[in-house]
Amino acid sequence: MFRKIVVPIDLAHADRMESAITVAADLAKLYGATVCYLGATTPTPSSVAHSPEEYKEKLAAFALKEAQVHGQDVTTHVVLSHDPTATLDDDLVKEVDEMDVDLVVMATHVPHIGDRIWASNGGNLARRTKASVCLVRAAG
Amino acid sequence: MATQDETDMGIPLPEGASDMIETDYTIGQDNIETQIGPFGLDIHNPVFLISGLSVVIFVLYALIAPTQAADFFGWLRPALTSTFDGFFLTAANIFVIFCLLLIVSPYGSVRLGGADATPDYGYLGWFAMLFAAGMGIGLMFFGVLEPAYYFGTPWGDEPLGTVRPFAEDGTLIAANVEEAKRMALAATSYHWALHPWAIYAVVALALALFSYNKGLPLSIRSAFYPILGERVWGWWGHVIDIVAVFATLFGLATSLGLGAQQANAGLEFVYGIPSSVTAQVVLIVLITLLALISVIRGLDGGVKVLSEINMVLAIGLLLFVLFTAGAVGIFTDFFATIVAYGQEILPLSNPIGRSDDGYREGWTAFYWAWWISWSPFVGMFIARVSRGRSVREFLTCVLIIPSLVCVFWMTVFGGTAINDMIANVDASAVKANVIDSYSPELSLFAMLDSLPLASITSTLGIVLVIVFFVTSSDSGSLVIDTITAGGKIDAPVPQRVFWCTFEGLVAIALLIGGGLGSLQAMVISTGLPFTIVLLLMCFAIFRGLQSEMKA
Repeated sequence: MFRKIVVPIDLAHADRMESAITVAADLAKLYGATVCYLGATTPTPSSVAHSPEEYKEKLAAFALKEAQVHGQDVTTHVVLSHDPTATLDDDLVKEVDEMDVDLVVMATHVPHIGDRIWASNGGNLARRTKASVCLVRAAG
Repeated sequence: MATQDETDMGIPLPEGASDMIETDYTIGQDNIETQIGPFGLDIHNPVFLISGLSVVIFVLYALIAPTQAADFFGWLRPALTSTFDGFFLTAANIFVIFCLLLIVSPYGSVRLGGADATPDYGYLGWFAMLFAAGMGIGLMFFGVLEPAYYFGTPWGDEPLGTVRPFAEDGTLIAANVEEAKRMALAATSYHWALHPWAIYAVVALALALFSYNKGLPLSIRSAFYPILGERVWGWWGHVIDIVAVFATLFGLATSLGLGAQQANAGLEFVYGIPSSVTAQVVLIVLITLLALISVIRGLDGGVKVLSEINMVLAIGLLLFVLFTAGAVGIFTDFFATIVAYGQEILPLSNPIGRSDDGYREGWTAFYWAWWISWSPFVGMFIARVSRGRSVREFLTCVLIIPSLVCVFWMTVFGGTAINDMIANVDASAVKANVIDSYSPELSLFAMLDSLPLASITSTLGIVLVIVFFVTSSDSGSLVIDTITAGGKIDAPVPQRVFWCTFEGLVAIALLIGGGLGSLQAMVISTGLPFTIVLLLMCFAIFRGLQSEMKA
């Protein structure tokens, strides 16, 4: 059913990612798919990392931790965005297309602050890419 | 379980050695993240609130006590530029020498963003954005005015006390014409070439270095880390950032208001649309709306695209003037101006023992204060788009190439205007609007009037003025948004919409209530403290590059 599952990760709100990560891991086991964490960062220092390199390392470390929790290999992929406020949607669509993804599993939540980063991106991905999109609300 | 890296896909990430600064500060640690209605907010506490409030307070002051504000700032600005002219001139010379030395020094090989970083933008888009943010509107306004004024002024503002081409009865003194023209173009080039770009380059280089290579937030305060240490995260840093936001917002808003008046004067000259506050408010609203679309579309889809459109239009106008006014003559003038600039740059930049007060204090010191008060905005914007360039490449492209372009622009527009004044002493529209009665906003249109197809080129001129305002306005809003979000470039959209709208509202309030002139004088006055700031930045850059070379 699915070969490649991508989970967009917001490292600034890593605590809100758990439900989506669990769903992705379970689906991957069910269908024998691979899982890739997709992160976006800026060329300028951000609250998460001082450079794109550091971001890459942090995402890899996060993936390693989750891989151990769920007993499953995880790859990572980083997108560099000049102006995420304006173009994150487009950047995600482009990456998902290029990565030839079957399924995107995304964290989303009852509207609050984190929404601006990932919320509407899910709908946008479903509208503009071939991939299936599964939006997962944070538990509780 | 192991993870593996998918390096074969997506944008290759810049990497390589750079010497990060170890600090306990986390970007965004002082930010307030909250939700107001449907809008998310992510703002720096207290920079956002204090900047916003102080802008409101100064607008109210200018509206409530217009005479007092006009008297005070109307006195303050010339008092500063005439008292500290020597300081301004010396400081600007230091910036030029500092930048030129860095180009030839080993430090020039340091790459912004780490040793293996690749540029985010190609040369064309990069140049377009440099010009559109920093100088475009000035080139439109002063391109004809300044050379024509220096050439013909009878009021004692002649550079280095050079000869005057017109006798008191308005007739031409043939013997003085060549020298007056040569000096007018050299003296104008002095204000638009190496010195202003060195001012922008210093700020841009400091911010790019401390952000991309040292890992500090993209904010003015970061350049002070080598001097102030951890104190930059406290009130020292807050004050630096607040003053930068304040100067940027008022600089943009007052020039937007004054620019609307100028565009209106142009519309009156070309189409006979009468000057009125209503027309000017409509212009400001139009410019702000276009800027809003641009900031919402973002850096790549908005600002860059508009800048490129702008560059194409400006090149079109430049080529038109060049060929209709005689390309051969202008190219000869261009090389003559480069030579004259080389010959006169030392006497013109010499701060001591001069008697041309009108030029040195009224023009040079004014320009230096003006460029410097804009430097936090332009410098930060340049830094934002310059990642991946080496210091040498960066300085060559921000200093040398724009200088040549500016000298060329001034020769084309100013040279054509001067030739018109020489050829038609009695009938020249340039002479009538610059020398006989001083109407600076009409100078460009008066020059275009002397060439064929004036109605088309004047329309293009007005469109260019408007689009240049849009590109300053949108890049300025992005800069203010980043500073007031504590260096985050991923703050929610409503914040950049707020700053862009706020700027338009401030312009409209000051236009209707009066006070554009006095608050612009206030902004230019911030050039004095910022000059000291820039001198310190040179030191900080030097220290930063030293540690980078060791890495």
